[in-house]
Amino acid sequence: MNPPVATPFFFYLLAGTMIIGGILVITRKNAVHSALALITTLLAQAALYLMLYAPFVAGVQIILYAGGIMVLFLFVIMLISIERSMKERQFNKQWLVGGAAALALGGLFISVYLTTTKGKALFPEGSVTYGETENTQKIAALLFDRGAGQYMFAFEIASLLLLVAIIGAVVMAKKRI
Amino acid sequence: MGQILQYIQSYLDKDVKVTPGAFGNIYASLFWATVYILVVFGGLSVAVIAMNWLERKILAHMQVRLGPMRVGPHGLLQPIADAIKLLLKEDIIPAEADAFVFWIAPFIVVLAAFTVFVVVPFGPTHAITDMNIGILFMLGVSSLSVLGVVMAGWASNSHYPLIGALRSSAQMVSYEVAMGLAVLSVILLTSLQGPGLGLYGIGAGGQGSGTLSMIGIVQAQQEQGVWFIFKFFPLGLVGFFIFAIAMVAETNRAPFDLPEAESELTAGFHTEYSGFRWSLFFLAEYSAMIAVSSIAVTLWLGGWLRPFPNLLSGSTWDHVFSVIPGLTFLFFAAICFFNTARMPKHPLFKVQTMGLAGFGAVLGLIGLVMFVPAVSLRVGDIFWFSAKVAGFMYLYIWYRGTFPRYRFDQLMKVGWKILLPMGLALLILTAAMGMRTELWAQIQEVWHGL
Repeated sequence: MNPPVATPFFFYLLAGTMIIGGILVITRKNAVHSALALITTLLAQAALYLMLYAPFVAGVQIILYAGGIMVLFLFVIMLISIERSMKERQFNKQWLVGGAAALALGGLFISVYLTTTKGKALFPEGSVTYGETENTQKIAALLFDRGAGQYMFAFEIASLLLLVAIIGAVVMAKKRI
Repeated sequence: MGQILQYIQSYLDKDVKVTPGAFGNIYASLFWATVYILVVFGGLSVAVIAMNWLERKILAHMQVRLGPMRVGPHGLLQPIADAIKLLLKEDIIPAEADAFVFWIAPFIVVLAAFTVFVVVPFGPTHAITDMNIGILFMLGVSSLSVLGVVMAGWASNSHYPLIGALRSSAQMVSYEVAMGLAVLSVILLTSLQGPGLGLYGIGAGGQGSGTLSMIGIVQAQQEQGVWFIFKFFPLGLVGFFIFAIAMVAETNRAPFDLPEAESELTAGFHTEYSGFRWSLFFLAEYSAMIAVSSIAVTLWLGGWLRPFPNLLSGSTWDHVFSVIPGLTFLFFAAICFFNTARMPKHPLFKVQTMGLAGFGAVLGLIGLVMFVPAVSLRVGDIFWFSAKVAGFMYLYIWYRGTFPRYRFDQLMKVGWKILLPMGLALLILTAAMGMRTELWAQIQEVWHGL
């Protein structure tokens, strides 16, 4: 048998790429550079999904985020004057609030990690290995299957939310439609 | 070492029915995957060079010109001369450009255009690997190429490239939607089992679980006994039609070549590029054309399957079709020899005449090798796949020679107001046709209930 791809080396490589990309997103002054760093982060995230044996999710991540949404981001950012954005202040000196929010979120993560419910840790010791080949079918079953499908409604509601956001954006952008 | 060699040889066994990527042994898998990658990369580069020459020649003949005639017989060496010129040219990065983004953009475009060939199925075993998300992978990675185009246009810090990049991002995102809907309808078709309502096989049919794998899609067509272009006539044809239009827009080719419209934007997004970097854009454009053509061939035209597998079935017809690859190469060789005889008899043309004759001899030799049954059995599928893709490449040239360029508002109108509704309707109708027995039962139930 071939050795598994999901080795710690690749996880740390991808996680490191994501963190560096994330830091670059907030520290770059040039908005296009930030967007490119964000694309790197999203691609590394897609690779993480691959490591979790979820190729369908990884593929959708690349098509939607890296290939679709980020292109629209760039479309808007390209029209911003760089000279002006270079002169603007990057951080608005709210270290106190920002630090408190970061601490709260970090504390939440750590407490979730440490929590045990009914004697069981939230994160199981082993990992469930679904067949890589069935990933697409499994997701379809979760969404559409009559018996096991439980996320159809949530899925449709989420898409409705996006539709509302689109209509809102159009209404806000155009005075007369 | 000897054992590793044994492993490597084990892939050559006749019973092996998987791609190198899926082969059980890791050494053999690694070795043969590398060989396949090199073969595909080399073949692709040769195909791009050939396309360069063919496009100029065919366009020229369409416009009653001769086209390149100077370098080599009938300009055959023109692409090589061009390549040398491009490599020797100065590589200019504009002073005001964003150097890093400008530098990296062509690589992203080339990377996206070449990576998709990992899953292109030239035959049931002739693919680098078979992914279970094959078609999704192809669409996803090829959608990354627009990032490179946008980066190139923005980083040039110049007006024409920026407009080209804006047009390109709007155009590619718009046509991706229609393209995705057409592809979805095919994925629905793969979930049907048995011969269905095709042109050539009318019968029952049922539901199974579909597949996104490129090899699986072709195998589904083989099992159902019909190419998906003829499935549920005319639904398959409509899906193919939508894809065939969207793929021209996705690759920025005429009549949708607005991002590089030379009469309006000089050269569009790659105006500021020169030399090697420009040639990378060129390489990426042509290999992306080949990539989307291979998607179309895989999804609708039966991939590596030979034409008329049902109408003209039986061992006699199998034999007839197995000699076609060899005959094709012999035909090309004959054209070469005919033109060798027509070369000017002046001593200055002696080398060129000999070169053309040599080229013809090589083609003829390949043709003769193709007649060996063992060879034609192994590469017949590659031949049919490449022949179908070549048909699409000719279409691209034909479009360019025929259609005037669209205006941008017309482009958007076609994408959003015509192709998108058509794609949605196609998806619903395909699903309804696939479920027709269940639907019919439901309707009858309701009818009796009234």
